[in-house]
Amino acid sequence: MTTTTFKIWRGSRGKGEFTDYKTDITEGMVVLDAMHQIQAESAGDLAVRWNCKAGKCGSCSAEINGQPRLMCMTRMDELPANEPVSVEPMRAFPHVRDLVTDVSWNFEVKKKIKPFKPRKPDAPDGTWRMAQEDIDRVQEFRKCIECFLCQDVCHVLRDHHKHDEFIGPRFFVHVAALEMHPLDTEDRLRDLKDDNALGYCNITKCCTKVCPEHITITDNAIIPLKERVVDEFYDPVVKLVRLFRGKKKA
Amino acid sequence: MAEYDRIEHDVLVIGAGGAGLRAAIEAANAGARVGLVCKSLLGKAHTVMAEGGAAAAMANVDDRDSWRVHFADTMRGGQYLNNWRMAELHAKEAPDRIRELEAWGALFDRTEDGRILQRNFGGHRYPRLAHVGDRTGLEMIRTLQDQAIHMAIDVHMEVTVVRLLMDGDRVAGALAYDREKGRFKLFASGAVVLATGGVGRAFSITSNSWEYTGDGHALAYDVGAELMDMEFVQFHPTGMVWPPSVKGILVTEGVRGEGGVLRNSQGKRFMFDDIPENYRNQTAESEEEGWRYTQGDKSARRPPELLTRDHVARCIQKEVREGRGSPHGGVYLDIAWIKERLPNAAEHIRKKLPSMYHQFKQLANIDITTTPMEVGPTTHYIMGGIRVDGDSQMSSVPGLFAAGECAAGLHGANRLGGNSLSDLLVFGRRAGEFAAKFAARGKGNPSAGDADEAVRLALAPFDRAGSAESPYAIQHELQQMMQKLVGIVRQESEMREALEKLRGLRARAKKVGVQGNREYNPGWHTALDLENLINVSEAIALAAIERKESRGGHFRDDYPEKDAQFAKFNLVVRKAADGSMHLERRPLAPMPSELQAIIEEQKA
Repeated sequence: MTTTTFKIWRGSRGKGEFTDYKTDITEGMVVLDAMHQIQAESAGDLAVRWNCKAGKCGSCSAEINGQPRLMCMTRMDELPANEPVSVEPMRAFPHVRDLVTDVSWNFEVKKKIKPFKPRKPDAPDGTWRMAQEDIDRVQEFRKCIECFLCQDVCHVLRDHHKHDEFIGPRFFVHVAALEMHPLDTEDRLRDLKDDNALGYCNITKCCTKVCPEHITITDNAIIPLKERVVDEFYDPVVKLVRLFRGKKKA
Repeated sequence: MAEYDRIEHDVLVIGAGGAGLRAAIEAANAGARVGLVCKSLLGKAHTVMAEGGAAAAMANVDDRDSWRVHFADTMRGGQYLNNWRMAELHAKEAPDRIRELEAWGALFDRTEDGRILQRNFGGHRYPRLAHVGDRTGLEMIRTLQDQAIHMAIDVHMEVTVVRLLMDGDRVAGALAYDREKGRFKLFASGAVVLATGGVGRAFSITSNSWEYTGDGHALAYDVGAELMDMEFVQFHPTGMVWPPSVKGILVTEGVRGEGGVLRNSQGKRFMFDDIPENYRNQTAESEEEGWRYTQGDKSARRPPELLTRDHVARCIQKEVREGRGSPHGGVYLDIAWIKERLPNAAEHIRKKLPSMYHQFKQLANIDITTTPMEVGPTTHYIMGGIRVDGDSQMSSVPGLFAAGECAAGLHGANRLGGNSLSDLLVFGRRAGEFAAKFAARGKGNPSAGDADEAVRLALAPFDRAGSAESPYAIQHELQQMMQKLVGIVRQESEMREALEKLRGLRARAKKVGVQGNREYNPGWHTALDLENLINVSEAIALAAIERKESRGGHFRDDYPEKDAQFAKFNLVVRKAADGSMHLERRPLAPMPSELQAIIEEQKA
């Protein structure tokens, strides 16, 4: 057992400071355990959002030693020993209190994305047939636990605050899951280009690096979406054909 | 008069896991204006942690399956204390509920011919669980969430209900506070659906999240609704046991469904030593036969690792108690051994059990493709809950409905794995449908006096900021006490001691004080959850004392056998006029002969 110092961001609505707390660390503990221990020992009102404590719900996102991570999946023994550990809220969202941020923007963004629209059922009993290999890639995207760490680390949101124009990596993954769903018939390409500002992403892959579900966000979701948008709107041959036919794509 | 916002809905759904979301969708489909209250953020509820799958007799993998077999399996697993009407409706309607999810975008794993794949699970005669690897709950909740956000449903996130409000004998709304600012909200509604999940936080070793504080059970009890089968708590056989901080986290039954075996410290597959008589003709005779079953051989019977959860949990407990456990007080669950049988076994395991692989790698530094896991029983589920009508899901209080884990009936004395996700869908939908119908008949007027009193009581812990009683300490003591005295193996003297201790904890909870202010204050929230935890704990202990036999999830050291006279009734708890907890035996409703005939035919 060792005693570790935690520098925890305490405060309300963006105003705050790091406060030091010491607590004992035992084998296998994760950062979230330490936060709970500190609540029970010395800071009963320390605000922490959490739920499953098993890496499945994506509630306890925070920045640990400056890295966006889930508190419940960050083991103390993987952090540098004998050094203080800093824990602060995600910086890309409005601050509420201590380690809790207001992530409601994400829920609003999702509402604006066109929902799933399946083709007619394949079989008379109203069901569909899909091959496993055709859904593998979509299943990767559907592993997302909506922890919003990818949003937190994305410089378009974090540094440039383009929340009004840009939907962020989480929702490119969401759109990719819909667009690549074998049954879906909706078209979201124009929205991606115009309303979702897909073009702002310059593929730095920061989102992929922080994803606790190891979804290859940039390579498997964002780049293929960018290619589809390019094919649809910027392909010179298609443009030429459209020019001669005098037809605009809706 | 206390200050609060007043919000009007036709139907108020409390809880936004699978049952709450499905109820909200159905009520909105019926034209009701729906309010959906969630204690956490939307999509984070406990359903997200369900791993194995949703049971539905679609017969995609084995065409011998049908609703009749599913019905009989559910009744057998529940030791015939189930509400047979619910077991019947569940078995009949589950397949449509699963197909409906597919129409809403869910992507279940597929069979070779492109249909929904189904896997084996404990107590199910045929492969029956629709699944997505081992993250089925996430797929379900996300599908329902993404459906719900495009409907006329107002979602109130991070809002906790502290009291149901009545108008005479009918429910008329609820009083709640929001986590972020601590402001109070009065919801006025024509009907209320409780979908608040379980009570796992009453125990120290649990697979449940912090939200599982028995809110729905306690809210319903408080307004006079009956609770039933509270003695039946499911201890899942396989939770993590090491390291200490992850003790209790679930290890899916899917590991055993995919061929994982249980061994003691001597390397013996001890589950072959104790096979209950009523499962003997369905259970494999050799390791060889058990393996063939997990690989889809229809002529083989299931391995004893896939017996019902209550039985497997007790067998594990026995190995540990008799000194044949693993170093950290569990037994070994080994999936790595399948490399002897399958080429590319490691890859196969990572594909079939991705989150288990990830969970052990990250939290315990163990690679499950090469090394056995250490596992032991963990508090997982409560079969008991609010007593409801099997068709409509309405409780004994007019206008108050319940669905999912907080309702009782479907599972009897023991729930089969996989029957919970299908339960959420079938009865969430029914609760939503009937709640919308009830609400269409008009609204009551929530009692303002009760709302004011609820606000005053909720704020009282701040007046005692200097109190020596910490909510965290009381919660911790309660959990340790329940685990020790009303846990997996019970006896009368210990449970009497538990009731005595609960009286002490109740008195202390009334003196609890909290620091800080009302903004996102977990100390305050913990204080407000205490009464619910104490009430459900008392109901569990009272009912468990009364049932002087061992059946399903309820095991008594002083009465280790099943007793036929206890097979004739459920135990029902309600609040008496003097505020004390009243317990009574409620005879089972007679089962129609055609359902009885199915049970007999399936015994063969």
